[in-house]
Amino acid sequence: MPDQTALLRVTGLTKHYRTADEDVAVLRGVDLTLATGESVALTGESGSGKSTLLHLIAGLDAADSGEIRLGDTLISALGDAGRAELRRDRLGLVFQQFNLIPSLTVSDNLAFQSRIAGRHDPAWHDELVERLGLGALLKRYPEQLSGGQQQRVAIGRALAPKPLLLLADEPTGNLDEDTADEVLRLARDLVVRTGCGFLMVTHSARLAATLDRQVTLHAGVIA
Amino acid sequence: MRRAVWVLAVLLSHWRRHPMQLATLLIGLISATALWSGVQALNQQARNAYDRAAATFGGTRTAMLVAKDGATFPQKLFVDLRRAGWPVSPALEGRIQIDGRFYRLLGIEPVTLPAEVGSAPALGKASLQAFVTPPGEMLVAPETLRDLALAEGARPQANGIALPPLRVQGELAPGVLVVDIGFAQQILKLPDRLSRLLIGKSGAPHPSLQSVAGDKLRLIPPSAESDLERLTDSFHLNLTAFGLLSFFVGLFIVNSAVGLAFEQRLPMLRTLRACGVSAWMLNTVLVIELVSLALIAGLVGLVCGYLIAAALLPDVAASLRGLYGAQIPGQLSLKPAWWLAGVAISILGALAAAAASLTKAIRMPVLTSAQPQAWQQAQRRWLMFQSAAAIAVFAVAGGLIRFGDSLIAGFAVLAALMLGAALILPMVLQIALTVGQRSARRPVSIWFWADSRQQLSGLSLALMALLLALAVNVGVGTMVESFSRTFLVWLDGRLAADVYINATSDAQATKIKAWLRDRPEVEAVLPGGRADTQFAGAPIEVLGLPDHATYRDNWPLLESTANAWVRLRPGDACLVSEQLSRRMKLAIGDRISVPAFGGNWTLEIVGIYADYGNPRGQIAVNFAALTRHFPQAPLTRMGLRVAPDKIPALISALQQTFGLDDRNVADQATMKTESKRVFNRTFSVTAALNAFTLGVAGIALLTSLLTLANSRLPQLAPLWAIGLTRRRLAALELLKTMSVALITALFALPLGLLVAWCLLAIVNVKAFGWRLPFHVFPLQLIELIAVAMAAALCAAALPVARLARMQPASLIRIFVNER
Repeated sequence: MPDQTALLRVTGLTKHYRTADEDVAVLRGVDLTLATGESVALTGESGSGKSTLLHLIAGLDAADSGEIRLGDTLISALGDAGRAELRRDRLGLVFQQFNLIPSLTVSDNLAFQSRIAGRHDPAWHDELVERLGLGALLKRYPEQLSGGQQQRVAIGRALAPKPLLLLADEPTGNLDEDTADEVLRLARDLVVRTGCGFLMVTHSARLAATLDRQVTLHAGVIA
Repeated sequence: MRRAVWVLAVLLSHWRRHPMQLATLLIGLISATALWSGVQALNQQARNAYDRAAATFGGTRTAMLVAKDGATFPQKLFVDLRRAGWPVSPALEGRIQIDGRFYRLLGIEPVTLPAEVGSAPALGKASLQAFVTPPGEMLVAPETLRDLALAEGARPQANGIALPPLRVQGELAPGVLVVDIGFAQQILKLPDRLSRLLIGKSGAPHPSLQSVAGDKLRLIPPSAESDLERLTDSFHLNLTAFGLLSFFVGLFIVNSAVGLAFEQRLPMLRTLRACGVSAWMLNTVLVIELVSLALIAGLVGLVCGYLIAAALLPDVAASLRGLYGAQIPGQLSLKPAWWLAGVAISILGALAAAAASLTKAIRMPVLTSAQPQAWQQAQRRWLMFQSAAAIAVFAVAGGLIRFGDSLIAGFAVLAALMLGAALILPMVLQIALTVGQRSARRPVSIWFWADSRQQLSGLSLALMALLLALAVNVGVGTMVESFSRTFLVWLDGRLAADVYINATSDAQATKIKAWLRDRPEVEAVLPGGRADTQFAGAPIEVLGLPDHATYRDNWPLLESTANAWVRLRPGDACLVSEQLSRRMKLAIGDRISVPAFGGNWTLEIVGIYADYGNPRGQIAVNFAALTRHFPQAPLTRMGLRVAPDKIPALISALQQTFGLDDRNVADQATMKTESKRVFNRTFSVTAALNAFTLGVAGIALLTSLLTLANSRLPQLAPLWAIGLTRRRLAALELLKTMSVALITALFALPLGLLVAWCLLAIVNVKAFGWRLPFHVFPLQLIELIAVAMAAALCAAALPVARLARMQPASLIRIFVNER
């Protein structure tokens, strides 16, 4: 029986990777919940499985066993098309490498996901532009932006369709300290504004402390 | 739907930012489609002409009855069959000479002519009257009217008779004159004789052929393929093979451009998938994008193909006329099917060239996995697999050489050799570069060789295209040069007389001979004759050679009995052309029998001679024997032995006395020049297609280098950072490209010589019936290596210049971001 108050519920999640020489267990039974509107920082040392867990929740990869539930949807039971639909309509993803589309302008990058989700809202688009301070950059291409500017566009793109959950994998890993603080502040504000959940992978204890709750992964299990 | 449009817009935005890449992709598709469809247009044009010829008043498209021995037969047989209920219509065919040029005269009987005779022009009631009643009408194609330089209504002379007035019939094949059968019998001096009976379709019962005509006639069922089509098959197969090769080389460019686009768009595709675009939708949109581009390029390619065909048509038409006597109109007219097929081939080619990238896109995981070691291992495995496949393909080629015995098998050997060589090329380069790396001592040299090896996987497709283009150039160049040398020697033997005369009629020939007897400068008159007959069901020519030292000393005999010329004298022996001996597996000492006047003529083969450029089988007999066995053969040709300094005066005296023009009388030098001109024109199409193929391969190399240029920067930036100047890096990059191009060119030489041997010893023998000696031309090979290096230099120049001029800031960014 799923917990009705939890937006995200992860139960007994395991994941192995096979390399040329050995079988590595990355996740060994992870349990995690996240409520609507809650911001959670997922921390842990390198190789603890933080990014793997985030990728499984995002439907970018499939778990070996266990369950991932977003609201009423059992993500771990979805096929490729179902997972694509989930990412398009209910999730927002932000990566360390920004992953903007180099051939689209800032404006088109911002609007891209909301357009393919069929939920483009011009007023919300304008608000995002203003809140993220991108007004003067709309006609530029990603290569003409600094790292901090690119990450602001990536956050805007992820939040443009008003997702239920924003997933961020080391979103400030490529930014200096001041820029990282500013980008994270903007992300938190927008998460509050939209009321979505926020799960962020980070290795920075300082940034993790700014979120509602911290969860630490150690050797493939929640410590 | 809107979602798909958005995804398509994102994919297309890549091209807006990379117009050069888009241009490369389009150029590849356009050149592939243009060369393929250009060749197809030429083939279609020729086939349309053959169809016209075949459908002319009952060509091979109609069932017919002919004499068992292939000669003419009495008209009474037609009357008997008609009375017995056979739906037959008579026809008489022969050759006549008008103003020194030969035409095919066809006599028909329009009243009984079957209605379903191909696309035969209909004769209305009024014109029927004019056609059959004196003076009658002679139907000709517009091209023939132009050729005769006469107007409609004119009455040219032949065999001393005024022919019926000319009337144009657009549907007729060029070179054919159609008259009522009664006039044809008069003109050909064959009263009450027929060549064949065309059979109409009739459900009415009729007695068996044997019960009416005995064993005098035999039935020839309608054939889907005309004589001309059969004869010219090899020529068109050669063209098609070239078109196909160019098409594949073009697809190498497409493959490289699509591959580059895919690699560059990989992060974008992953982002799209991460943003929720399903794999199915992404792949569907990728296919839609590719098909749309192929459609645009296909249409442009078709226009270019049309222009190429229009440019090459005069040479192709001249070749077909020179080689086979086929009349091809000079105006290009194409069917809608050609346009549709061109677009289809462009789309299918694009999909085939992009298959690897599309498959990668389908299998692409959303998450990247950086496993360079695994990638290298996969590369090694792929290289081993390619090499194994190459050895298997070579084995197939060996098997085909040993057991194959057809033209298709010959082309299959060529294809297998080239495919095998292309597949093994990366391994050859890998070995050569490894040897280079092991022998290097200085760090930059070691890096040079190691980096060249790493670059191989990206360049190998373009290098394969270069290898194929160079090998074909070496092969075809060697073949043409070998042919050219042999041809010149052969020409000296065949054109041994000093002056050649072709009188307008037998009567004029007799007068000329009498006049020549009083000319002291004429050392000998060598009468010549030619007749048409059949051997083993196929038409052959019989050549009459006078018993004279000119022929005995010069005739291009390939092999013969010791006393061949003496054996010819009694008229019971003959020489056969090489192609006839190969086709019919005839050897010296064999006996052959051919239909002649008064029955079959049996001859023993005493020699085999070269007869290049003649698609028909030919035998040569003593001239006197020819006139005895073929009394109706025109005796208008003769050769003269004349002191060289007296030739111009004699020719001008002949022209003035007998009203002959340049077509009727020519000296040996003029004839040789004309023959060489026809020869060169025959191969000008090959040379043009050869140049196109090499050009396309150069573009393939350029696109691959441009493709690699960007992805190479992360490898070059660290070297720049540790102190190598941009200029030196650019020089090293250039040297790398030139090195791999040189290794490829050196590998292409033996392959090209193998291709030449295959063309000379297998394809030519099967296609044309003659085998040429194999020569190697070192200068030509050196020249081609220089061309290959120039092509590589041109292709490498742009990316290298860009690297040399690159701003340090760009290199810093690459160094910081992409390491």
